[in-house]
Amino acid sequence: MTEPEGSRQPDAGRRRFLTGAAMSTLLLAPGVSLITYAAGRGATAGASSRVRWGLLIDANKCTDSCNACVTACSTTNGWKNLGRPTDPQWIRKVSLTDPESGITRSVPMLCQHCAEPPCVDVCPTGASFKRADGIVLVDRHICIGCRYCMLACPYKARSFVHEDVTDQEPNSPRGKGTVESCNLCAPRIDAGGIPACVEACARDGYGAMMFGDLNDPNSALRRQLAKYPAAQLRADLQLDPGVRYQGL
Amino acid sequence: MNEARFRQVIGQSPAYWGGAALLALLVLAGVMAAHRMEELGHIITGMDNQVAWGLPHVFAVFLIVAASGSLNVASVASVFSRVEYKPLARLSGLLAIALLVGGLAILVLDLGRPDRIGVAMTHYNFRSIFAWNILLYTGFLSITALYLWVQMEARLNGYTRSVGTAAFLWRLILTTGTGSIFGFLVARDAWDAAIMAPLFIAMSLSFGQAIFILVLMAACRWTGRPLGDALLQRLKNLLGILAAAVLYFLMAFHLTKLYEAKYHAVEHFLLASGRPYGLLFWFGAVFLGGVLPLALFYLPALRASRRAIVAGALAIIAGGLALVYVIIIGGQAYPLTIFPGWKVSSSFADGVVNAYAPSLPEWVLAAGGTALALLIVLLAVRLLRFLPESLADDPADSGARH
Repeated sequence: MTEPEGSRQPDAGRRRFLTGAAMSTLLLAPGVSLITYAAGRGATAGASSRVRWGLLIDANKCTDSCNACVTACSTTNGWKNLGRPTDPQWIRKVSLTDPESGITRSVPMLCQHCAEPPCVDVCPTGASFKRADGIVLVDRHICIGCRYCMLACPYKARSFVHEDVTDQEPNSPRGKGTVESCNLCAPRIDAGGIPACVEACARDGYGAMMFGDLNDPNSALRRQLAKYPAAQLRADLQLDPGVRYQGL
Repeated sequence: MNEARFRQVIGQSPAYWGGAALLALLVLAGVMAAHRMEELGHIITGMDNQVAWGLPHVFAVFLIVAASGSLNVASVASVFSRVEYKPLARLSGLLAIALLVGGLAILVLDLGRPDRIGVAMTHYNFRSIFAWNILLYTGFLSITALYLWVQMEARLNGYTRSVGTAAFLWRLILTTGTGSIFGFLVARDAWDAAIMAPLFIAMSLSFGQAIFILVLMAACRWTGRPLGDALLQRLKNLLGILAAAVLYFLMAFHLTKLYEAKYHAVEHFLLASGRPYGLLFWFGAVFLGGVLPLALFYLPALRASRRAIVAGALAIIAGGLALVYVIIIGGQAYPLTIFPGWKVSSSFADGVVNAYAPSLPEWVLAAGGTALALLIVLLAVRLLRFLPESLADDPADSGARH
C-alpha cells in the first residue's frame, strides 16, 4: 500500500527506512550467517572419505639451509615467527644428528594429520576435528583456548595465539586465544591445488615433499612409498600419521 | 553423644570485615589480571607454546583436588558412621564447594576464550577426559550442595547417609578424572601412567584434610569455640596416614618409571637434574609434604602440640603445591621425544628443556582464586549454621565409642 507523497509525516520516511533496515537485517542475518557457516564448514561437507591426504618427506633430499616450505606456509597462512617462544609455528625445520655416526638430516615438522589424533580425542568441545579426508583441523568458533590439545600432541604441532593478530589471510582465519596448526592447506586442496609447502619445496627447494592420496594404490605417493621404506614418527604410539618420512 | 548445636559466626568485628575486605580485594585483583590476559592475550603470562599450562593450572588443580579431599570428614561421618565427626560434616561440605569454585574460577579465567564458557557447557566431546571433568565438577557441586541441604534441613536428615555416600563415590571418580587428565596423555614421558589416578586421590585426601584442619582450628580460635584435643588428634592422625599414602603412590609411580629404560632420562630430569624440579620434588613434595609432617605429628615430644599440627598441615599444603608444580610444569619442561635416537634442534625448542617463569598476572589470578575459596567460607559461616557451638571433647565419647 502506498501513500500519496504529500500525506507523509516529516519523519515517516526515516521511520520506514529504519523499519525496512531492521526487517532486512532480521531476514538476511540468518541467511548471511548460514552462508558464512557454510563457507566455513563447506570444506568438511565436501571432504570425501574415499581419499586420505598425506605427505611423504624425503630426508635425503631436504637440506639444512633450505627454509622454502616454512616461508611459503607463513606467507600463505599469515602467521609470523619473530623468534619468540610465544610465536606460532605451523611448520618448522628440525635438524637431526646421529650421535654415533655424526650423520645429519634436516626435515620439516608439521601436523602429522594422524588417523587417530590425540588432539581430537582430548578436545573437550570437539573443536579439534578430523575431516573425512584425514585432514585434522581446529574449529576456531568453538575452541575455548584450554590448550589441552597442545599437551596431548606428541609432535608439538600446535601453537596458541598469544596476542592480537593482524594481516590475516582470508583462507586462514586466526584468533587470539585459540589454538592453531597446519591445516594441510585445506582450502587449496579443496580448490584442486596442493599444499603451499609442497609447491614451494618443488619450486624453490629440493623436491623433498610429495603430496597425495594415501588411499589410492596408484597415486605417485603410494608408488614412492612402495619403493623405499618410510618411517612414521612415534610409530610406537600407533597414531597412523598421514605424514611419512623416508631416509631417516 | 548429644546432637550438635550449630550457630552462625557473629561476624561484626573489625578483624572479620577486614579479613573479608582483604580477600575481596584479592579476588578483584585476580579478576583484573584475568581481564588483562584476555585483553592483551597470554603474551603477558610466562606461558608459551612449549609450556602451555602454567601457574594458574598448578593452583587450579591443587584447589580442585583439595576440594574433593576436604570432604573426607563428612564422608567419614556419613558413610562410615563415625559420630564424633558428624558436627564437622557441614564445614567439610562447605569447604569442598568453596575450594572447587575457587579452582574452577582460575581454570576458566585462564582460558584463551573465557567468554566461550557457554560453548564448553554445550559442546561435549565424550572421548575427552577434560569434558568428563566438566561434568564431574558441576556434578560434585550439585551433590555436595544437596548433601549440605539434607544435613541442615531437619526433616531431610534421614537422607544424609545415602546422599553422603553418593558424594563420597562421586569425589573418588572426580579425582580419578583429574589425575587422568595427565595419566591419559601418551605424548609426554612424565605422564602417561594409570597410577596417576590413585596418586591424585591420595593427594586430594591429604591436601584437603590439611586445609580442613587449618580452617577448623582458625574458625574455632577466632570465634572462641572450644575444640577438643582428642578430636584434633584424630583428625591429625588421619592426615598423617593420608600424607604417607601420597609418599607411597609417589614411590610406586617413580619406581615403575625408573624400571623402564626409556623413562630414565625424564626421571633423571624430574628427580635430579631439572631445575627447579629436583629440588621441588625432594624438598617440597617429599620432605615438606611427607617426612616433616609425619615427624611433627608422631614424634613423642610433639604429639600433643597444636603448633606442630598447624606446622605439619601448612607443610603439606606447601609440599602439595610443589608436587603439582613438578607434575604439571616439569612434565612440559622436559622435551618431547619425536625422533628417538637423534640429537635434535630447531627454532621451536626441539630437544631443549623449556624454561618457564610465572608472570605477575598469573600469580595474581592464582591468589584471586584461592582468596575466592576462603571468602566463600568466611561469608557462608556468617550466613548459615555451618559451625558447631562447641567441639569440646565429651568425656563419655572419648575412647572406643564410634
